[in-house]
Amino acid sequence: MDYAATGQEALSRIESAADLDALESLRVEFLGKQGSISALLKTLGKMTPEERQSEGPKIQGLREQVAGAIETRKAALEGAALEARLASETIDLTLPAPEMPEGSIHPVSQVMDELAEIFADMGFSVATGPEIEDDWHNFTALNMPESHPARAMHDTFYMAQNPPDKTMLLRTHTSPVQVRTMLEQGAPLRVIAPGRVYRSDSDATHTPMFHQIEGLVIDKGIHLGHLKWTLETFLKAFFERDDVTLRLRPSYFPFTEPSVEVDVGYSVIDGKRVVGGSEGWMEVLGSGMVNRRVLEFGGLDPDEWQGFAFGTGVDRLAMLKYGMDDLRAFFDGDVRWLAHYGFSALDVPTLSGGVGARA
Amino acid sequence: MKFSLSWLKDHLETEATVTEIADMLNAIGLEVEGVEDPAEKLAGFRVAKVLTAKQHPDADKLQVLTVDAGTGEELQVVCGAPNARAGMLGVLGLAGAVVPANGMVLKKRRCAGSRSNGMMCSSRELELGDDHDGIIELPEDAPVGTPFADYHGSDPVFDVAITPNRPDCMGVYGIARDLAAAGLGTLKPFAPEPVAGQFPCPVEIRTDDPEGCPAFFGRTIRGVTNHASPDWMQAYLIAAGQRPISALVDITNYVMLTFGRPAHAYDCAKLTGAVVARRAVDGEKVLALNDKEYTLTSAMTVIADDSGVHDIAGIMGGEDSGCSETTTDVLLEIAYFDPERIGATGRALNLTSDARQRFERGVDPQFLDAGLDILTQLILDICGGEASEPVRAGTPPSGSKQVRYEPALAAQLGGVDIDEDVQARILSALGFHSTKTEIGPGPKSWTLEVPSWRPDVDGAADIVEEVIRIFGLENIESVPLPRADGVAKPTATPAQTMERRLRRAAASRGLHEAVTWSFISESEAEAVGGGAWSLANPISEDMKVMRPSLLPGLLSAVQRNLDRGAPSVRLFELGRRYLGDGEHPSLVCVLAGDKTPRSWQAGKAQGFDAYDAKAICLGLLAEAGAPVDNLMVMGEAGPFYHPGQSATLRLGAKNVLASFGMIHPATLKAFDIDVPVAALCIHLDAIPAKRGKDGFARAHYTPPALQSVTRDFAFLVAEDVPAGDLVRAVKKADKANIVAARLFDDFRGQGVPEGKKSLAIEVTLQPTEKSYKDKDLKAISDTVVAAAAKLGAELRG
Repeated sequence: MDYAATGQEALSRIESAADLDALESLRVEFLGKQGSISALLKTLGKMTPEERQSEGPKIQGLREQVAGAIETRKAALEGAALEARLASETIDLTLPAPEMPEGSIHPVSQVMDELAEIFADMGFSVATGPEIEDDWHNFTALNMPESHPARAMHDTFYMAQNPPDKTMLLRTHTSPVQVRTMLEQGAPLRVIAPGRVYRSDSDATHTPMFHQIEGLVIDKGIHLGHLKWTLETFLKAFFERDDVTLRLRPSYFPFTEPSVEVDVGYSVIDGKRVVGGSEGWMEVLGSGMVNRRVLEFGGLDPDEWQGFAFGTGVDRLAMLKYGMDDLRAFFDGDVRWLAHYGFSALDVPTLSGGVGARA
Repeated sequence: MKFSLSWLKDHLETEATVTEIADMLNAIGLEVEGVEDPAEKLAGFRVAKVLTAKQHPDADKLQVLTVDAGTGEELQVVCGAPNARAGMLGVLGLAGAVVPANGMVLKKRRCAGSRSNGMMCSSRELELGDDHDGIIELPEDAPVGTPFADYHGSDPVFDVAITPNRPDCMGVYGIARDLAAAGLGTLKPFAPEPVAGQFPCPVEIRTDDPEGCPAFFGRTIRGVTNHASPDWMQAYLIAAGQRPISALVDITNYVMLTFGRPAHAYDCAKLTGAVVARRAVDGEKVLALNDKEYTLTSAMTVIADDSGVHDIAGIMGGEDSGCSETTTDVLLEIAYFDPERIGATGRALNLTSDARQRFERGVDPQFLDAGLDILTQLILDICGGEASEPVRAGTPPSGSKQVRYEPALAAQLGGVDIDEDVQARILSALGFHSTKTEIGPGPKSWTLEVPSWRPDVDGAADIVEEVIRIFGLENIESVPLPRADGVAKPTATPAQTMERRLRRAAASRGLHEAVTWSFISESEAEAVGGGAWSLANPISEDMKVMRPSLLPGLLSAVQRNLDRGAPSVRLFELGRRYLGDGEHPSLVCVLAGDKTPRSWQAGKAQGFDAYDAKAICLGLLAEAGAPVDNLMVMGEAGPFYHPGQSATLRLGAKNVLASFGMIHPATLKAFDIDVPVAALCIHLDAIPAKRGKDGFARAHYTPPALQSVTRDFAFLVAEDVPAGDLVRAVKKADKANIVAARLFDDFRGQGVPEGKKSLAIEVTLQPTEKSYKDKDLKAISDTVVAAAAKLGAELRG
């Protein structure tokens, strides 16, 4: 039998099979149970060993040749079919994808997280206190007895509801947390106390509610030099600039003695004040050595302990660092403003990554 | 406090420039808020002589002048002033000068057709007075061509903020003393000569309120002429921002601003009987110098005579007894009032004045006689007349105090080591004198006599402040705080950690964090059940009640955003709500408008529903560490929610951790919102602290070797059975094998009987030891069906 001719013919038919179905019928025709090549294989059993010796490999060769050709043709046809299908599945990828809503962190929260991170590195923990405060904690214990003129300067909101023995008010500063922390934790202490404070005041730069952060260090042998270092170190870390310069000016706060107002040097870049350098000075912090009477009200022996306190506006720090210019917008909840000035949830301040989120 | 350089130089011998003085004032704690130099304002204005004056050819009211302003040429100037005439001397503004009163820049121009090279000025135009009837006329000897600022005398004015602890610096003399101590000059010695009386004081002076008015000194001066005060005094007062009134009034103001010592002058003709410091009678009225009537109480001290009250003591005089141009006899009052009483009275009457500011902070109690002498001498010099003998009713407090001070404290508290001699010199210049120096086994200490004008100083820390502020705070070196060994330890409390985490979890779910006011309006508070705290003195009715919930503030923000055209508003706030029992940290989210916008894929825009709120709520609770699998969905979310589309999430029957759902349409209407709003409120302080060990290692876990199997069950159940109950029952049916049960269909309608629904649940089974055989699966199925049957559910065939 002329296997070669049979093979040649089979290969040529396989090669010209138009589609997978045609190829499958050829496979059945050649290699199926009733197939022509399968039939040839069956003849081997009736042959003599000598015939089998010579014919076997030929028939086997023919089968392998045909099977291989079918596989090859099949792969080619499948590839072509896939290409045709994919071509029909083409989509316009310039069409918009589904929108994922993007949220944000409010600048006040972001800055408070930054402050907590910086001060944690200096060993400060975060303390809190009530916003509806009594006048003892807000004034008296901070060395502002009832008749003190400084009380009048605080534009205090008073509550309509008062327990029999107390006058309740909205805290005018975060300083009452100083006294509460001393009474609760004793000394030594290193805390910051950020939070909402209230003054009966409203214009472009003042809102009746705003945020302050208080810092308090009580220990032995603490002096103004430590205060200066702490504020310098904090401001350098917060603004991530090494050229932050401070100017201390004597001032007056009833709860500190000596009292110091702190100006920070700025430079003007693109018409805006930027912290760093010393083209001019702006007032950023009030501070001083904690008054002996405040230590006593806080249950500490002023002959044993001394320390410093400072306070500044969180909103103001946020504005100076991130460039907002209208305080009132902070409390409006305008989603356009929040989307612009807010921070990504992933902007978690870290010391290794930098506490600030760059624009 | 405003004062001019000449005024300061009356008391301070100094060559320092204006800038040096301003810098030093800042450095020693007298904050300069501004320095105004009139010479700058008057640049370009010169003394000029009118050479000729002719009627303007084309304008009736104008003249054409030729003027010599020392420029070497005759300048033609058009002028409308009636008093302009040849030969007179006046002030010419040259081209380029800026008119102080209106900011107009002068130019060479044509005026009614005639050339004009400048402007002859009136007093008002140069802000030197109110006169605008004609141009300024200068004396004949005024040097033509001289800059007018030089001729007029330019006196820079300092505006200084005085802190409430420094009543002594509410007078120019006190400021001069501080500057001298800081080395900027020499304080001119000052000792008023006692003025002898010519006759006994005809007016009886008493204090019947020794508590409120411990001392009331006074005297009369008769035969005075109360014309205008001298120019120098008027100039000082104008510099201080005061309006000159008459010599007698101006003299008392001048003494107050120079020595920080208020006093009052009464017209004797308007007084009847004894002049007495006493308590007011409740309801007594007085018309004060500001033309307002005040109703007094018995807590207030007044100065009165037989006819009534003439002065709210230490705060403001009365209109009826003040001095006028007809005054001939005057009674001077110089008293010491209790600072606390002054403050309380001023606050009660809501009345501030220069006098109150000084008395409230504490005037020098040892300056009554000196003050009276200064006032008397000035009146005699300026107004003439003769003075009575002084009367001294009561005794002022001595004001003397001693403070023990260790020079070492400058370094220990102030952080700057200052030589003892330097400290002593500073203190002495400020009026503190050491009466005793102790050198013993302890640190060296001084006993210092505190000057009577420094009521603020009562301890060693005050002395440190005095020493270092004068020595210079710029000398303080930064000293690092001691740092604990190793890496900084975590400091956040569990509550703080949870808040920080929740904030970022909410933001990562597409919500913007808002910060809204803590106070809301009464009606907004009512919409969420009313508030427990309200302000007695709110800034407006919109900011009156402390929010009992964060929801109203956020709903208002939603409304504002929708009004601005925002298609979708997703906001959250993390803050306190204020209840009767305290302040509670809460997290509230609101979802309004489009959840998904209309799109080519999804078609119409989709709104938010209660399940969106539920998803966020459970997600955030899980982030907060709440045991979300154990929470029960229950009712009573609150009246501001849609009653059929809201729920609470509770741990046990009572502990409500959160509520969520759709906001009630009536609530939305109250906030002027016309789209549905989904919301959720989480009570952060109701979330139990995470239980478990402190460590970091997780519970041991190995993924099971055998594959899990799922089986679907469809149950017919009464419509009012909550799906959650059925899922819970199924899940608990065989805890050993069932690891999850998830509802995936809720069907009613064709094929489901009336009043029933079909709930389909996919149950996940996890074999442990060996794979399930058919009989195992059958047994588990039977258990599930039996558990469901307890809720009346039957397996759908």
